[in-house]
Amino acid sequence: MSDPHGHSHSHPPHPYQPDLEDAPLTHYQILELAVAELLIEKGIFTGDDMRRVLENIDSRSPADGAKVIARAWVDPEFKSRLMADTNAAAAELGIDAGTIPIHTVENTPEVHNVIVCTLCSCYPRLLLGLPPDWYKSRAYRSRLVREPRAVLAEFGTELPDDIEVRVHDSTAELRYLVLPMRPAGTEGLDEAALADFVTRDCMIGVTLPRSPDG
Amino acid sequence: MGGLDAGPVQRIEHEYAPWEKRTDAILRLLSSPKRAVLQIDELRRAIEDLGPGAYDELNYYERWIAAISNLLLEKGVITVDELGRKMAEVTARHEAERARGRAG
Repeated sequence: MSDPHGHSHSHPPHPYQPDLEDAPLTHYQILELAVAELLIEKGIFTGDDMRRVLENIDSRSPADGAKVIARAWVDPEFKSRLMADTNAAAAELGIDAGTIPIHTVENTPEVHNVIVCTLCSCYPRLLLGLPPDWYKSRAYRSRLVREPRAVLAEFGTELPDDIEVRVHDSTAELRYLVLPMRPAGTEGLDEAALADFVTRDCMIGVTLPRSPDG
Repeated sequence: MGGLDAGPVQRIEHEYAPWEKRTDAILRLLSSPKRAVLQIDELRRAIEDLGPGAYDELNYYERWIAAISNLLLEKGVITVDELGRKMAEVTARHEAERARGRAG
């Protein structure tokens, strides 16, 4: 089956990005390629270095953070170490959390924590992958510090008035990770099953882990 | 930015494009302790130097790569001449690729 342009549409839908050759590059895409090539030519880093970092970026996801949280839920001693030194605790699980300190903040029945970077987009990338667009948005960064309850409500998280909301503003030198409360109804579950309840958004603090009871 | 007025949080997400990840990779390499060509706080300052208009006109990684290249020029790691020549070279190469694609 072909259309009048001689182009079959029976192939699967295009991925989000057309082939690089199909569209003119934007000024900034040209700038990126030019800067990367110059830095490689000057020996500041190699093409291999670049590929390794790209692989590392692609390998990180909220599953890494979820493993850490699930372990903290089942192992109180691990949790103490996590609260004391998150990067070292992650390393125990074989997760390289990098050199920038990450500080874990614990949700309790009295306190709910949520993270933001009002200056730019600092985020515990090595535990959660690249941040979602909304985390970097003007609206989230401006409003979370002033009206956190209203912002949380927009994420469907309605907190009772007697729960204190603490907003943590990340910096280039210090990142945060939210340790959510273990949901009710998960008592018999093992660590791997528990990790499924730990979503990216609940480690940012904009949502709560769902309970298996619904 | 913290505390300013703004509308509702649009819960948008997109898959990162390859050039965006490469921009991220360039920054990670340049700011790694081993190389320390630039620091994250310098990037932030360079983004602010792009001016308030840049926040509306450029997207996130466009601001990053613009700020990174300005810092590299400032620090003398690359020169304006080199960058101009390389950008022309990249453009020409890409246009040739596109022409081959249309022909093939």
